[in-house]
Amino acid sequence: MQPVESPSVSENLVLPAVEPDAGKPAGAAPPAVELRGIRRSFGKTVALADLSVTVPAGTVTVLLGPNGAGKTTAVRVITGALRPERGTVRVLGLDPLADGTEIRRRCGVVPARPALYERLTGWDNLHYAADLFDVPEAETTDRIEEASTRFGIRDALMKKVGGYSTGMRARLALARAVLHDPDLLLLDEPTAGLDPESARAVLNLIDEMAANGRTVVMCTHLLLEAEGLADQVVVMDRGAALVHGTPEELTDRFWPTTTVVLDAENRDSLDQVRQFDYVQAYSRNGTAIVELDASARVPELVDALVARGVRLTRVEPRRPSLEELYFEVRGRQERERSTSGDAS
Amino acid sequence: MIWAAVITCAGAVAAIVFAISTLLMGSSEPGKRSRAWTIARTDLSQLRKSKDFWIPMGILAAMFFVILPTVLLFSLTHIHNIEIARKLGQVVGTIPKELRRTVAHASPATQASYSAAVYLFAPIAIIIPLTVSAAVGANTIIGERERGSGEFLAHSPATEREIYTGKLIASLIPGYFTALVGFTTYSLLVNLLVGPGVGHWFFPTPNWWILMLWVVPPFIALAVALILVISARVSSAAAAQQASSLITLPLIILAYGISSGSLFKTRLLAAVIGGAAWIIAILVLTRATRSVTRERMLGLGSGG
Repeated sequence: MQPVESPSVSENLVLPAVEPDAGKPAGAAPPAVELRGIRRSFGKTVALADLSVTVPAGTVTVLLGPNGAGKTTAVRVITGALRPERGTVRVLGLDPLADGTEIRRRCGVVPARPALYERLTGWDNLHYAADLFDVPEAETTDRIEEASTRFGIRDALMKKVGGYSTGMRARLALARAVLHDPDLLLLDEPTAGLDPESARAVLNLIDEMAANGRTVVMCTHLLLEAEGLADQVVVMDRGAALVHGTPEELTDRFWPTTTVVLDAENRDSLDQVRQFDYVQAYSRNGTAIVELDASARVPELVDALVARGVRLTRVEPRRPSLEELYFEVRGRQERERSTSGDAS
Repeated sequence: MIWAAVITCAGAVAAIVFAISTLLMGSSEPGKRSRAWTIARTDLSQLRKSKDFWIPMGILAAMFFVILPTVLLFSLTHIHNIEIARKLGQVVGTIPKELRRTVAHASPATQASYSAAVYLFAPIAIIIPLTVSAAVGANTIIGERERGSGEFLAHSPATEREIYTGKLIASLIPGYFTALVGFTTYSLLVNLLVGPGVGHWFFPTPNWWILMLWVVPPFIALAVALILVISARVSSAAAAQQASSLITLPLIILAYGISSGSLFKTRLLAAVIGGAAWIIAILVLTRATRSVTRERMLGLGSGG
């Protein structure tokens, strides 16, 4: 497998990059998406500035970023709907400029707006997609029924989409995106404005797709929904990937210390942890929060406390949430910017 | 003679339509459903369900193909004032000798109604279908963008040429359908109202066959191709409607002149004008394929 180049970061920003393929065995499947040095602008607005991202096949990659970070443009470049001004794109091993039709046939896209035909029924919308995406005619009816049942809209299929609720439209868009069994599913803010039930349908779909070995790329600025789903996180801003890697890799990078929440029958006895040299920080406000120099120290800490007669009632290693990770990355970026601004 | 002209015109139209469709739809993979036709079929299905569009268009067509001709021809065939009938009959003197012979023996009222049937309503045959197709074409691409469904097409496997062809077919069919239904209805009407006075069913005349089969189709195709170019470039449906009016208006004036004047001087001239219209239409249709790009479907203006 070709080594993957380190992702570009904005010129003034120096954040360490994590190789998404690091540690994987040679001969693994080629990445589903490779964007290298992609630049795309609209007039004077730069939407993508040297974006480099690799999406391994069979994984769930979450593009995180504020509005205007370039996430939607990245999705459009991936399907070949937009041509980059600079850089190379490979999707499912193909070049969108030369093999756009084949790539788009193997991709399912759920755009930020459902993009449905309101005067047509749900059935007509799905049938249209089936015809455009080359679903065999003999299978079309079964596929439509299967997809509509899966997303709970079968009873509404014969109604005009103009009368659908926001949630039903989103589910119809999801059904349409998976009707042709795509290898790569691209979801652009798929849960924005949805009711909890429809949002759950989106997240379940992502889980199912990943379980079936499909590749999923999801754009979102809602951090909670990405929690627990992402095999890889790409934090984007101003058209570039600030940082990317697995949640574990990023956590280890941005929080090299491990935080453990402790509680005991006698809370005062917990203060003994200050004496251990591997404890980086300690605070107690009810429960105790202990910062260790490595995650491997947790059993050592527990053994030591038990040996000293502390009767522990709670030991909870705490991983930072995606939200904390995101704000840490953005915070560092802002600090870098202000530092370089001061220097200049 | 008449049938020879009809067969020649119909054959030429069929050949050219086949050539255009082969040219434009050639990128579809063999053995698979044509994506261009899928797009056209879906657009037409939406149009069929848009009563707010086709009811006014239907009223317009009925007004000019049925109601006005009925009122006028009925009135003309029932004129009892000899002086008025004679004055109206003078109009017949301006038509070619060959056709004048057909009604030479008839009453002044019949001569006047024959003249009105054959010449007065000829421009309608172009104007109404052109208006219908222009209205559909102006909204077809910008409509996708405004509804957001352009994003779906942009991410679909359909090529830009297939999208263009689908939109073109969806815009042409309503115009041609209007022309066909209107022409058929008008022919029946004329024969029923004026035929008894002439002594036999006489409509369509050879010149009308040429008009409907040779001149009207390229004019509609030309207008739609130009309107699609506009629809792909403008930023709103209202702007597309405005701009399409700028295109259809000169075409309507031109069509009016051709259908009511020069077409009836000689059939050769009509054939030449129709031929020129076909050539221009094919050139514009072919070049207009470039106007539909994925970027424009996404609403990103430059589209390049």
